[in-house]
Formats: sequence, C-alpha cells, structure tokens
Amino acid sequence: MTLRQRAAVPITLRGLRKRYGEVRALDDVDLDVRSGEFLTLLGPSGSGKTTLLMVLAGFIRPDQGRLLFGDDEVTRLPPHQRDIGMVFQNYALFPHMDVAANIAYPLKLRGIGGAEQQRRVEAALQTVQLAGYGARRIDQLSGGQRQRVALARAIVFEPRIVLMDEPLSALDKQLRERMQIELRQLHEQLGTTTIYVTHDQREALTMSDRVAVVNGGRIVQLDTPRALYEQPANRFVAEFIGESSLLPVQRDGDVWRCAGQAIAHSGAAPSGARACLLLRPERVRLLGAEGGEGLNVLPAQVSGIVYQGDSFLLQARLADGHAISLRGIAGAAVLDSLPAPAAAVRLGFAQADTVLLPDET
Amino acid sequence: MHDDGPNAAGLKRDERRERLALLGLSAPALLLVFVTMVLPVGWLFALSFLADDATFSLEHYRRMLEQPSYGRTFVTTFKVSVFTTALCIGLGYPLAYALSQMSRRAAGLCLIAVLLPFWTSLLVRTYAWLVLLQRKGLINEWGIGLGWWDEPLALVHNLTGTLIGMVHIMLPFLVLPLLAAMRSIDADLLKAAANLGASPARAFRTVFLPLSLPGLLAGTLIVFILCLGFYVTPAVLGGGKVIMVSNHIANDIELFFNWGAASALGVVLLVLTLALLWAATRLLRLEQVLGGSHR
Repeated sequence: MTLRQRAAVPITLRGLRKRYGEVRALDDVDLDVRSGEFLTLLGPSGSGKTTLLMVLAGFIRPDQGRLLFGDDEVTRLPPHQRDIGMVFQNYALFPHMDVAANIAYPLKLRGIGGAEQQRRVEAALQTVQLAGYGARRIDQLSGGQRQRVALARAIVFEPRIVLMDEPLSALDKQLRERMQIELRQLHEQLGTTTIYVTHDQREALTMSDRVAVVNGGRIVQLDTPRALYEQPANRFVAEFIGESSLLPVQRDGDVWRCAGQAIAHSGAAPSGARACLLLRPERVRLLGAEGGEGLNVLPAQVSGIVYQGDSFLLQARLADGHAISLRGIAGAAVLDSLPAPAAAVRLGFAQADTVLLPDET
Repeated sequence: MHDDGPNAAGLKRDERRERLALLGLSAPALLLVFVTMVLPVGWLFALSFLADDATFSLEHYRRMLEQPSYGRTFVTTFKVSVFTTALCIGLGYPLAYALSQMSRRAAGLCLIAVLLPFWTSLLVRTYAWLVLLQRKGLINEWGIGLGWWDEPLALVHNLTGTLIGMVHIMLPFLVLPLLAAMRSIDADLLKAAANLGASPARAFRTVFLPLSLPGLLAGTLIVFILCLGFYVTPAVLGGGKVIMVSNHIANDIELFFNWGAASALGVVLLVLTLALLWAATRLLRLEQVLGGSHR
C-alpha cells in the first residue's frame, strides 16, 4: 500500500511583484518550475524567498503578476482551493488532534471517509516511516517525528504541488542530514513538483534539481547545484554558496593578472579592466618548490592553519596582501608535512576551477 | 551509597536552611489567609449548626428545605447566573475573537474600552445603569423622543435590569482569559487548515474553536461562580424582585438578625461553588483526555 503518483504540474510565475512600503519583497519575479522538479529557493533572511512561497500558497496577495499551476491561472484563488500540500517551518500540527486525525484532516475535507481514509492515512504513515503512530498525541512526538507527521499530512491527499518552508531548520544536524536524503527519496517516489525554501546552502545543494538564489526580492541565479557552485553569476552567489576566496584581477592586454601573475581562466571573461577571481578552497593545491605545470600558480605566505577534524583550512596571504584559503583532506601524513606559519608556499589551481566574476565594487 | 563525601553535611544543611527561609517568607501570607479566611468560614460553619439557645441543631438547614422562599432564592440565583453567563459568552466570544485578530495596538485600545469600567467602582457603575435604565432615564427618554416606543420600557427593578448590569460587570472576566487563549493559538495552524483545504468557516470550526475552548471554559467558570455570590447589582437594579442568595443572606441579618440562617445559606453557597469548581476541573481534564493536549 503506497500513495499513488499523480500527474505533476509545472508552475509559472510572471512579473510577480509585492511591496511593503518602500521594501520590494518581490521585484517582478519570473520563474518556470518544471513539472515534477525539486526546486529550492535559497537566500538569506529577508531576501523574499518566504514571501514567494507564501504567494504560491496563497497566504500573501501579490500587488501584480501572474501565477499558473499547469494551465490554470491561480493568482486570485484562495489558499483552500489551491490543492497544494505545505510543510510549515514549525510543522503547524493541530495540537487537539492525534496523529491519525491530523493526517486525515485534508481527506475529511475532500469527503474521503471510512476505509479509504484509513487506508490512505496508513499509507502516508508508512511512507514517512511512522507506521503504528496513529493514536499518538502530538505532544508525545519528538521534533523529527513531528516533521514526518507534517510531511505525511501534506502528501496524503496526493497534491499536485508540495511546498516546504524550511522544514528541517528546527532539527539537530544529524537528523537534518538524514531527513534531507529521505525527503529527496520521497520526492523521487511521489514525483510531485516540489518547492523548498531554505537559507542553508548545503541543504539546497544536497536536495535540489535546481536552485533559485533569491536576493533583494529577485532571483539572481537559477541553475543546477553544480553550475551554481562552479559558475556563479556574481559575487553574491559566489559568497553565499560554499566557501570562497575572492581576489581582485586586472586586465593586462590579453591576459588577466592576479597579484602580478598571469592567470588562465575558464568561462567568459567579464568586460572592463578589472574583475574578481573566485577560488574554492578545496580546489586550491599546495605545491612544492617545483611543479605546477599547466596550473595557475600564486606565491603566498602562510598566515594560519586551522584543524577541523575531517579537513584542515590553510590561510595564506598573497604578495599584494589579499587573503586566500586552501582546504585539504586531513590525513596524518598530510597534517605532519604542512608548512609552518609564515612559511613561503606556492598555491596552484587548474584553469577549469578559475572563474572570473564581474567586479561590482 | 553513603552521603559522607566532601561537603555532604554542609550541602545538606544549606538545603535545609533554604527551605526554612522559603517557609519563613510565606508565613505572613499563610497567617493572613488563616485569620481572614479559615477562621471566619469556620465560625460561619459553626454558627449555622447552632440554634438560638446555642445548642447543636439542624433547624437552619431544615428551614431552608421547608420554606419555599429559600428554594425560590436558589432558583433565582441559578437562573440569573446562567443567563448572565450565557449572555457574556454570546457577547464575549465575538468580542475576544475580534480583539485577537486585531493588531496589538488596536486590540490594546479596544481592550481599554472593555477594562475602563472594570477599574471604576462597582457601585458607581451599578447606579450609572440605574440612571440610564429607569422609567425617566436616558434610554427611555431617547427611545420615546425618537419615537421608537411609546410607553417607558421596564428596564430596571426587575430581571432585565439585573442582567444588563451583571453582564456589563462580568464581561471582562470572560473576555480576558478567552483572549489569552485565543492569542496563544498559532496563526500557522489556521494557515495549515486553509492549505489543507478548509474554508475559513471550516477552519474556524475545526481548529480555532476547539483550541479556544479551554479559555472559554475558564472564563465561563469564573463568571458563573462570581454570579452565584453577587450582591450589589441585584440589590440595586433588581428592585427587591430579584432575590439572590447574597441578598437573602443580607435580609436574614439586617431584617431578622438571624445569623444562624444567614450562615447556613453561606455554607450551602460555598459548598455549591466548590462542587461546581470540582466538577469543572474534572470536565477540563476529561476534555484534555478526549481532545488531546492543548499545549
């Protein structure tokens, strides 16, 4: 007994705008969510990602714009007629009902009763691995269990679209990471179009088919996790996702120079005489006195080494004083042979990992 | 295991001293309660079992059963209390709901309007109602002046007047606990209900109403119990026609100097109130068992 799949629908947003006084919570947002896709809205707090989700759910009325589920325009449809499942940040489970009654609630509203209701509640509980918990009271559940009940309630009526508003933010790290995998598997099993809101970039990268990075009420980049990480569109995305060293580079004829060294880069070069070089710490290598053929090489001076268990972070300064970080796997042999603070080192990185971003400052 | 490790004796002594200090701090309050509550109630209790010649007797209780005026008093008391409570619920629930949905600021201003009379003397308010409601009072003058009715309405010196006055006085006691309960209802629960397909009316009925019930029960209980022992308003606005238990007690003492009869009435009122409280707490617990926890 499992929950059936239902034909997923694409979601289309066109020119959605919402202002609170002078603040643009949504600034003419266009977005196409593919049918059956797991799309994450990622952004810092106040970026507008939650506003966007609330507009999708129908709890916030936009000032203008269009919102379509499949071919149906739903911009002015009240929330209770939208037929979308939603997992709230604080779960929003009904405290006066037991687990089974919570999950049966949307079924009752749809006139599904008796054996069919019971079958679906059981199936939903099984799907979230809480079989046998139907008679529990909500206050008898742990945070993780509540999260699962909220999820079961959101999928039991087989909605075309599922929305999740930072559903894992209240859980501790280990449980959160396990639930990330489970949510992802559940999505593959059900195939519903899913929109997930988070401010945790790692969570976004782990779970999503595509990630929309939101800032200042706009979608600043929409891409796959890998493209987002390796080819960020601008400094904001580069700094928000993953660790990064950002170094100034100057155009010198046909070549770009960083701290005086010529640099080979991948992707398109920005226009203008100055740009910003993005380096991911784990893609920078520590070179010996020799070697580094085919790599970009920068001489630097070690300023500190931080041991972090599974890895170490080496911080260094270039000749022009800019900071650069290097992350490596912490093996005993590697740790023992690390250079001492203030030692001169050579840092290398491949052309493919060398990304130039437009200089915005 | 023995408690003879380092500092064991000293730590135990500290704990004992702390407990003694707490006891010392609460002693004045306990004494006050004893002198002002336990002693008088005990004295009343004793008086109610004493005949005029100071011997033990059940005559005061027997009279209560035999004389129909006592029965009528209890019926009146019950009737007035039930009506007042019902009217308070009818007015107070929508009021508390409206307040709970307003912004904090607006709700605060409106709440002052509810509470302002609460801070003025009960006697003053009751006489104010007398001025408004009497035959030649403001309401009748205006009603006749505007041609809404021809003869002065009997708004006071009867059950109507008593109820108007009592509802006005009791309303805050219902609204305040109810409002507190409503404010503690997570707004996301109603959003969740809507998201799952509940129309606003359905969401109210299946989520908001059940979650506000504990507050409503608390308010109802407070109002009902306060009503049972109410004196001033029925005395002034009832015009001698609405005799509640308290008024009967006053009559027994002031007109007949019968302390025994008055004490017996007081004891019965106290027992009824305690029984009601006990029943209500049982009901509340039952509610929690049936409906799951509210917190």
